[in-house]
Amino acid sequence: MSTPLLQVKNLSTSFNVDSGEVRAVNGISFNLDKGKVLGIVGESGSGKSVTAYSIMRILVEPGKITGGQILFNGQDIVQFSKKQMREFRGKRISIIFQDPMTSLNPVYTIGNQLRECILLHTDRNREQANARALEMLQLVGVNEPEKRLKQYPHELSGGMRQRVMIAMALACEPDILIADEPTTALDVTIQAQILELMQELQKKLGMAIIMITHDLGVIADMCDEIIVMYAGRVCERGTADEIFYNPRHEYTKGLLRSIPRLDTNHARLIPIAGSPVDLTNMPKGCAFASRCDQCMKICLESLPEELQINDSHIASCWMNVKQVYMEAEKEGAV
Amino acid sequence: MLKYTVKRILLAIVTILIISAITFFAMNAIPGGPFSKEKAPDPAVQAVLEARYNLDKPVGQQFILYMQNLLHGDFGVSLKTGREIATVISEKFAVSARLGGMAAGFAIIVGLVLGSIAALCRNHWPDRLIIFLTTLFVSVPSFILATMLLLIFALQLKWVGVFSTSNPNYVLPVISLMLYPMSYITRLTKSSMLDVLGQDYIRTARAKGVRESLIIFKHALRNALIPVITYVGPMIAGILTGSMVIETVFTIGGLGTEFVHSINNQDYPMIMATTIFLAVLMVVATLVSDLIYKLVDPKINFD
Amino acid sequence: MTYNADKLPKKNLLSLQIDLKKFEKASDSEKAQHETMRESTTFFKDGMRKLRKNPLAMISLCVLIALVVTIVVVPLFYPYSYEQMISVNGKRDKTAKNLAPFTYSKNEQKAIEEGQQIFPHIFGTDELCRDYFIRVIYGARVSLMVGLFASLIVLVIGLLYGSISGYFGGKVDMVMMRIVDIIYSLPDTLMVVLLSVVLNQVIGDSLRGTVFARMGNNMISLFIVFGVLYWVGMARLVRGQILSIKTNEYVLAARALGAKPGRIIKKHILPNCMSVIFISVALQIPSAIFTESFLSFIGLGVQAPMPSLGSLANSARGGMQSYPYKMVFPAVIICLIVLSFNLLGDGLRDAFDPKLRR
Repeated sequence: MSTPLLQVKNLSTSFNVDSGEVRAVNGISFNLDKGKVLGIVGESGSGKSVTAYSIMRILVEPGKITGGQILFNGQDIVQFSKKQMREFRGKRISIIFQDPMTSLNPVYTIGNQLRECILLHTDRNREQANARALEMLQLVGVNEPEKRLKQYPHELSGGMRQRVMIAMALACEPDILIADEPTTALDVTIQAQILELMQELQKKLGMAIIMITHDLGVIADMCDEIIVMYAGRVCERGTADEIFYNPRHEYTKGLLRSIPRLDTNHARLIPIAGSPVDLTNMPKGCAFASRCDQCMKICLESLPEELQINDSHIASCWMNVKQVYMEAEKEGAV
Repeated sequence: MLKYTVKRILLAIVTILIISAITFFAMNAIPGGPFSKEKAPDPAVQAVLEARYNLDKPVGQQFILYMQNLLHGDFGVSLKTGREIATVISEKFAVSARLGGMAAGFAIIVGLVLGSIAALCRNHWPDRLIIFLTTLFVSVPSFILATMLLLIFALQLKWVGVFSTSNPNYVLPVISLMLYPMSYITRLTKSSMLDVLGQDYIRTARAKGVRESLIIFKHALRNALIPVITYVGPMIAGILTGSMVIETVFTIGGLGTEFVHSINNQDYPMIMATTIFLAVLMVVATLVSDLIYKLVDPKINFD
Repeated sequence: MTYNADKLPKKNLLSLQIDLKKFEKASDSEKAQHETMRESTTFFKDGMRKLRKNPLAMISLCVLIALVVTIVVVPLFYPYSYEQMISVNGKRDKTAKNLAPFTYSKNEQKAIEEGQQIFPHIFGTDELCRDYFIRVIYGARVSLMVGLFASLIVLVIGLLYGSISGYFGGKVDMVMMRIVDIIYSLPDTLMVVLLSVVLNQVIGDSLRGTVFARMGNNMISLFIVFGVLYWVGMARLVRGQILSIKTNEYVLAARALGAKPGRIIKKHILPNCMSVIFISVALQIPSAIFTESFLSFIGLGVQAPMPSLGSLANSARGGMQSYPYKMVFPAVIICLIVLSFNLLGDGLRDAFDPKLRR
């Protein structure tokens, strides 16, 4: 097996604020292979975005990576110098953000902002950069691209702006595109268009994508692998089929119960009760325990180990251990 | 943009008219009137006044005639000296304009630089020092500050010469005049810079791999400048009134000194003319800064 | 699906001693104990916590309290009054002119030698043989009162005007705001000077015999000027606040639930804009003190013999080289007051402004 394009090993990220250390990401690990799509799902505050910003190393004060490695082609980018990091961002890994309305600088034209990235990372001259910008706008399906280049962000609609963001992110042909909730701020009809566009571009350009969302529905048919995060930890990791049809973590099950589906005849959606944990003051044991219907005594005491369910499927839930134990007992092994 | 400009200019004209009217009628409301006999120094001046201000006509008509004269550059004559006010103003204003211009220029440049430094070193010692000093500067009335500076640096330490017409040393007057607006601009720049640095598009720029210095000077500063521009109009106004104090303390014969004198001497035509002149200046300054603001900010530009 | 023990890779869980009891379902109370909930705080409590953590704001608050206590208490027992010229044994003491701090005049020294107790002149005396300390104390009193009153006037007018304009909206709002626009564009300091000059003459003797007479024409005209000009900023602020709060979903929700306008204003709008207004008032006080000292400087301040910090500092400018302390005392007190209000205002804003919260 060749080395994966991106390996995240035991990454931890914290924010030091007045009331203590907010441990937003708490030792997560995953791999991403070339040309694959990885989905990261979780509710607000589960550390999805912070993971993305850690990979880009664009955390703002007081955020800091406190441990772990991020290996890109075997090189640890946590150890990169500022200069190395600058050359790396936008060229090897790009990111698009949640809110296209505020993610473009209001005082510069679209063309200016697109060119900036191209001029930074390639040796194209201004005219070539302009041509490339135009080409990118066409690629992402912006109508009247020549005119758009001269326009300011506020003259474009939200969907258009997100297309521009995608064009900007892909202009230097990065190996990985991180999409941080790219459709959350958009209308539902536009959401579908943007997702379709991303899938199409992925096929055409072959980059790997990390798709971050709180909406399981968004990533169902797009992702090769899905990670479910809760309170800065990975609960469960598996292929889309495994996550959807054979969830092995109580939180994942809860998430699935809470999304509307047409293929089952559940009369109503079941929400997950309670609210997320206080990240400055993490309880010992499983972070989800207090909201879990199946919560056991052990869940309150110790953190569940990662249990390999099969080659691609991993879950950290004591229920799996219990199940295995019960079955073994039934078979008389104990 | 055109519509806005026209609207803004109309408002400026209305404001100037209102100021003139307030000034004129307020002066006329003073018991005995500004032009009553006992206030004029001698019959000759009195005669000139009567002719000049059409004192035999009703007040409303006097106002219209006064305004007409103003438009023709005729500001009337001083009660005390009998000189043409228009000449006095143009003469004295040259001095004040030089002083004010220097103060405004330095205030803007130093304020922007200090404000940016404070924002970038947020919560470290340069930020704390800058903010403490600027808070101190906006807490000292300018005449006290100017007197202290004069006492310490010119009279005690003798580092800089005292201002005189033969030896116009503008260092202390400019410093005293600029400290307040500079401090204000510093604080404004800092908060606006911090606001901008927290925006999503700065994150985008960072994610593109833009150099930190370029992020600040290209992406942040231009956005951070927008609220600062709106302060420039009021700042000119502040400097003009501040000038009254500073000029008096340093005995610089500018328009400010002249105004304070005319108040103490109850030289009403002079007060009236100077007020209207300065008011027009301030209104125009505010108008210009508002228009520049619209030009710089594309968001508002197209509304 | 079945699991075999050997299908579990890496760790053979069955080799561990598993305490089956631990796999029993946890009770609700156990679950509840497990989670340490974040302490819930109210807006006010949280703001106060932040304010207490801000050393500059707290020091400013202490300075202001100390100052207020001093100017209230000291005149009660201080043996001199602000307008009284020093006298020894019932006779005016003409030698007590421009004394340095903690010194006595010739006549006073004689009296002391004769065994009399004479209270020291803490800040010395002025050129009219008046005790300077009590004058500075009275000056601080006057300046603070000017600041408070002026801010109060601004608050009342601005709050009324702004809330009417903001709450009714539409045409009323448009007309009211055009008026504000025009007043706002008047150069305030010039108008202050002009109105003070005029009002000084106009009010003239009409106040004689009333309480206001003691304050002097200039003071009254200063308040009138504040009432006429300075409220517009406050009115704009209040209107802006109300307009933005009015469109918030929670107000809509309250309206949908059938809440009456009075209740909406009281329960939703006022509490949400109070902090911003309060901060603005705190910052208005130093600006009023500034305006007063500026007017004192150009000779339009409080009426003699009543002192204000501005007029004291201004009259000290003349003999500045010989008696610098006469300048320094009122100057330091003005700076202390204004600085404290500014720092406290900044602190309040950092702690309470909803816009700065995340």
